[in-house]
Amino acid sequence: MEFGWLEITVAAIVISLILGVIFTRGSSWIEPRFWKNIAIVTSLVMVVFLLILTFDTLASIKMGNGRVPEATVINKKISYVYDEQKRWYVPKVSGEEPLFGKIWSEEEALALINKGKMTIQSKACMDCHTLLGNGGYYAPDLTKAWLDPKWNLLIKDMVGANSKEEAMAKWIQHPDQYPTFQRKMPDLGITDEEAKAIVAYLKWMSAIDTNGFPDNFKADEQ
Amino acid sequence: MTKQGLYESQKLGLWYMVAGLILFGAQNLFGLLIAYQYINPDFLFGLLDFNIGRILHINAMVVWLLLGFIGAIYWFLPIETGRETVGIKLGKLAFFVLVAAVTVVVLVYLFIQIGPGNQISLWFINEGREYIEAPRWADIGIVVVVLIFLYNVIATVIASKRLTGIMGVLIVDLVALAGLYLAGMFYTVNISVDQYFWWWVIHLWVEATWEVLIGCIMALSLMYVLKTPRKIVEGWLYLEVFLVFGTGILGLGHHYFWIGTPEYWLGIGGFFSALEPLPLVAMIIHAIYDAGAHKLRTVNRPALFWIFAQAFGNFFGAGVWGFMQTLPQINMYSHGTQLAASHGHMAFFGAYVATNIAVAYIMVQKLRDPEEKYVFDSKLWKWAYVLMIIGIVGMVGALMVAGFAQTEIERAVGGSGWQAYIDAQLHPWMAEAMWWRLGFGFIFFIGYILLIIDLLTIGKNKEELEVLPEAEVSHA
Repeated sequence: MEFGWLEITVAAIVISLILGVIFTRGSSWIEPRFWKNIAIVTSLVMVVFLLILTFDTLASIKMGNGRVPEATVINKKISYVYDEQKRWYVPKVSGEEPLFGKIWSEEEALALINKGKMTIQSKACMDCHTLLGNGGYYAPDLTKAWLDPKWNLLIKDMVGANSKEEAMAKWIQHPDQYPTFQRKMPDLGITDEEAKAIVAYLKWMSAIDTNGFPDNFKADEQ
Repeated sequence: MTKQGLYESQKLGLWYMVAGLILFGAQNLFGLLIAYQYINPDFLFGLLDFNIGRILHINAMVVWLLLGFIGAIYWFLPIETGRETVGIKLGKLAFFVLVAAVTVVVLVYLFIQIGPGNQISLWFINEGREYIEAPRWADIGIVVVVLIFLYNVIATVIASKRLTGIMGVLIVDLVALAGLYLAGMFYTVNISVDQYFWWWVIHLWVEATWEVLIGCIMALSLMYVLKTPRKIVEGWLYLEVFLVFGTGILGLGHHYFWIGTPEYWLGIGGFFSALEPLPLVAMIIHAIYDAGAHKLRTVNRPALFWIFAQAFGNFFGAGVWGFMQTLPQINMYSHGTQLAASHGHMAFFGAYVATNIAVAYIMVQKLRDPEEKYVFDSKLWKWAYVLMIIGIVGMVGALMVAGFAQTEIERAVGGSGWQAYIDAQLHPWMAEAMWWRLGFGFIFFIGYILLIIDLLTIGKNKEELEVLPEAEVSHA
């Protein structure tokens, strides 16, 4: 959209004010009718603005439209770099980086992350973890979990894996056997296929442009 | 009408409130369980894990508050329209369907808990979307029950040929409330789209339609408790609707800072949500003005004091605690920390729990003193009141300390990684806060037990009650 937040905000207020003045003509501010009309006018204006913004937002968060990546981003190297112009961190997608040793076709990649999303919902992950910062506070945020240095630094050796994705998939299946502090993640009966799908989903999610959240994240450079 | 001079609608309203208050107890127990798991993570590990306990804690809250709201409206509807509710049999059927559905959902949460990653799990076990985890079949059931309720309200108003301002606002609000729930009933692989509409349910319920709904219930309660004239409560109600919807609809943007949505939401969300405390200030002024204008003379002391708790709790919990972290520059670091839990506890208690308790006391008064000859009062309600307020303020304070520590250690300094999370959780500022939270949780629970005992006994012994001056006895 060509308009910035300030234009949109001012427009919403000014239109509410003008319509408010028109529709309350003839009533004193102390009468209920005055506030009734103001309430109706303002609510309608705000709903219209929300709908317009919703259409614009949905277009810009469609997969592959820039802010939210295509499923095939799981075949790419993802990093999180500081953008001097925006003054916050942005995900950067570069070069090929196969996942679980293969390059996934568009269909395969979509099916895989779809399985990941469904597993994340079915296991109620969001009631301990946060995703994009939303969820429970009993376990770490998963927004950029794919880029977390701990997989390579600790977990890979712990579970005896050769790659980061293999380490993640193994750990997710039996987290109760590899605790990282007193609070353990329970064994949620995640299958091998589901674990791979979750890993793919986390990789895909780490490439979403989240306006710099989380700030100062120390991404894995490997 | 029943023996006590109740409309059938009021009897149904009472059932809803009783079911709600029972679930309130369940909410407390699961809250204590997960609070303890923060301290001893091995407790019931693998049997009833934190995520399941949290689902039960929060879903019980959402459902009990809704049951209380529906109960309150079935209670006031015949008073407001001057007639029995239309479709009361359907309403009773819907009540039993809802109770049965809630029971099945709870049993599935407890004993099946989670399923494999497929659509069957989302339809029959757990949808896994925070706060609205109920499986899809239950979603459909909830919509049907709400539609029956909506039909009953609208049909009753039409049959009475009298549309008051409060009923007008209520009907528009309920239509929006029911419609918004539909936004949460779909699956998409795209988490940004998922969370975009998920917030339509969560935010536009809690920070818009629920606030207006309790505005209506409070207006009806004040007219009963303080005999405030209709013209005054309706004027205030319209002002509140203007401020709630005027700030809250685009205030939704404060949930769209970090979920992949465009940058303009940072400004829009920050600006409008910073204004969201305004209606809550209006509600406080309204309640205090009315009480002052009546020199605190009331027919029902516990209800009046819970109305005060509501006005202040809503303002501090939703308004001040929300404002504290709503600007994007701060939210960048406080988002997804215990600060949100602190805000949530105070806001839900203040805005909604206090409303339902006030209405419960109004209901009980009619049961025990149908002719309104006495000033409804007891000693015990004050204990429940004080303990619950100390309990919630203590929990909120402890979570606030934990939240600030987490914001600093994990988010601002640590950069939100896995190890930064662990460092924050192990820091004494967070670890000790969890003990304080649990302790105050117990105090709150004792308050809840006393509240239930008081609701069961208050007004039974008429000798303890003060007789209302003849001039103020209502012979309605």
